[in-house]
Amino acid sequence: MQKARKVLALVGNHAVAYAVKQAKPQVLAVFPITPQTTMLEKLAEYIAEGELKAELVKIESEHSAMATIFGAAVAGARVFTATSSQGLLYMTEMIYWVGGARVPLVAAVATRAIAAPWSILDDHHDFVSKRDAIWIQMMAEDVQDAYDLTLMAFRISEYPNLLLPVMMGFDGFILTHTMERLEVLNDEEVDEFLPPRKFNLIDFEDPVSIGQVADSSEYIKYRYYAMKAMENAKSVIEEVSKEYSKLVGRNVPGLVEDFMCDDADYAIVAMGAWSGDVREAVRRLRGEGIKACLLKVKTFRPFPKELIRKYLSEKKAVLVMDRAYSYGLGGVLASEVKSAMYGLQVPVYNFVAGLGGQDVRPSVIVDMVKKLHEGTLQEEVWLV
Amino acid sequence: MTEALRLDNARFLRGNAACPGCPIPKELDTLLSVMGKRTVLVVPASCTSVILGDTRGTPSTVPVIHSAMAASAAIASGVERALRARGEKDFNVVVWAGDGATGDIGFATLSGAAERNENILYVCYDNEAFMNTGIQRSSLTPYGAWTTTTPEGKREFKKPLPLVMMQHRIPYVATASIGYIFDYEQKLRKAKGIKGFRYIHLLSPCPPGWRYDSSLTVEVAKLAVDTGIWPLFEVENGEFRLTSVSKTHLDKSRRKPVEAYLKLQGRFKNLTQEQVQEIQRMVDEMWEEIKALVKK
Repeated sequence: MQKARKVLALVGNHAVAYAVKQAKPQVLAVFPITPQTTMLEKLAEYIAEGELKAELVKIESEHSAMATIFGAAVAGARVFTATSSQGLLYMTEMIYWVGGARVPLVAAVATRAIAAPWSILDDHHDFVSKRDAIWIQMMAEDVQDAYDLTLMAFRISEYPNLLLPVMMGFDGFILTHTMERLEVLNDEEVDEFLPPRKFNLIDFEDPVSIGQVADSSEYIKYRYYAMKAMENAKSVIEEVSKEYSKLVGRNVPGLVEDFMCDDADYAIVAMGAWSGDVREAVRRLRGEGIKACLLKVKTFRPFPKELIRKYLSEKKAVLVMDRAYSYGLGGVLASEVKSAMYGLQVPVYNFVAGLGGQDVRPSVIVDMVKKLHEGTLQEEVWLV
Repeated sequence: MTEALRLDNARFLRGNAACPGCPIPKELDTLLSVMGKRTVLVVPASCTSVILGDTRGTPSTVPVIHSAMAASAAIASGVERALRARGEKDFNVVVWAGDGATGDIGFATLSGAAERNENILYVCYDNEAFMNTGIQRSSLTPYGAWTTTTPEGKREFKKPLPLVMMQHRIPYVATASIGYIFDYEQKLRKAKGIKGFRYIHLLSPCPPGWRYDSSLTVEVAKLAVDTGIWPLFEVENGEFRLTSVSKTHLDKSRRKPVEAYLKLQGRFKNLTQEQVQEIQRMVDEMWEEIKALVKK
């Protein structure tokens, strides 16, 4: 008979650290940055207490953190790092390096606004800025989600022949420092879900070079196959989502999650922690007779454009919530959604809010949808 | 991988993309023949990135990981930790980096890996400028040298990187010159037998960058040592020792005048007599400092 699973109360950082411990990485390299630090501390504690047998490289920068786990992943180890904001920007060169080299590994990003001016609080600018780096990018809604996605990230990344790194985003402070209830898998269940890593490029008997010069006729082939891999990743994510859902006995979608979208007139598209506030707003709106729904984007890259079209094609209007903005164009998620909806006659509105940790309550979202319903909402609205 | 590449001794194959007179292939060949086939090379952006070939083939007979310019000591740290974690034994992880990747853009990475005493060998092959991009000055370009970004001659001094690395108190630091290849080879051998962070700083003359005839590489590399400009030494667990011909150079009369070295190279052709004397004075002063190190 199956061992009963533990139900814990953990902050997001500790939930992710718990998942990482269960994934049994062999090499970690982490540089401290708020709001990720308590995760690093927890991992160091696991190692000190012998609960996790891994090399923790106390590295001198984020650039080197990503470089170190890249080297370790090339040499066959399961690896992990975590960062945030400036740290993610500082490691950007190596993020592209890892994606370009198609080396499977996992990094968590505690999302945080970017300076200047300084802010240690949440938004999504750091996360979305890596959208072209050949990484799978997924984002969690709550602490349970962050735990689930971390385990799924390892599985997806090491999925046979996929060869892509995975970035797991979760909102800084809102999730990293908030304690929530979650159910964790037993260690043996994780062992079964995550068999030992097979990927390794260091073979002294059959040596290869990694990352050498590619001339112009070769280089584009690397990128062409990366494009194919990213497309292929969608079905892999769905597959792993099915596997994982079956294992945990809950529905854990991989690409998008819909909440009451069947009969809705208005869809609110959101990503990350405030999806929970949107759920609440949807309930209130339904209470007032306005048929709204939430379409949560869980996977930002590859962008699930087919599903977005499917869910949104019949709606009266769509409101996209954006915690990141492309200056001179529009909200980042809104732009992606519009691109996915090309040719459809559905108006897309953009609500830009929550930057630098700005609190956005369900009542604000309710107001936006009411204005949309009344026909008085502007195409792009900033909460300032 | 073709059968031709399966050699008993790891070597660096001929027919690579190095410039005529470039010492890098010989330096790498020596490195590989000492370190053996169970060696991983980590190579940041530099001349060697080109010499190592493209997707069609490589002269290396060991695994190579190409690296972003500032990342190599960190990548090597990860490779070493991973191989160890996976239970591999008797392997070497070697960074092979130019002076710019070592002393400039990658300096924090190098210093970090040294401070953590990562179990890697770091070789800086120092051709005293960003040569692969076309001879731009680095912090390791010497005083007075012409480069494309110091058309009037460099005004600042060469960063004393081997001494900076010595201050990191790592188990092994050495200088070497391709002009004294047996000394270089011995140092590689010694470094191979030591655990922890090992640093070898190898002076590596560059015919197009230093503006000398490509037949003179060995002579130039020898003269750097013979004039005392580039002293050969090693520091093993804090103990400083001069090696090879440099052992005799504490006596100034045994050192050739710096002019013998400078005059062979077009990059120094605009030096005034005063500047040459200034360089001579700096070299003599450095040797006074070396005396103090030897005594310790």
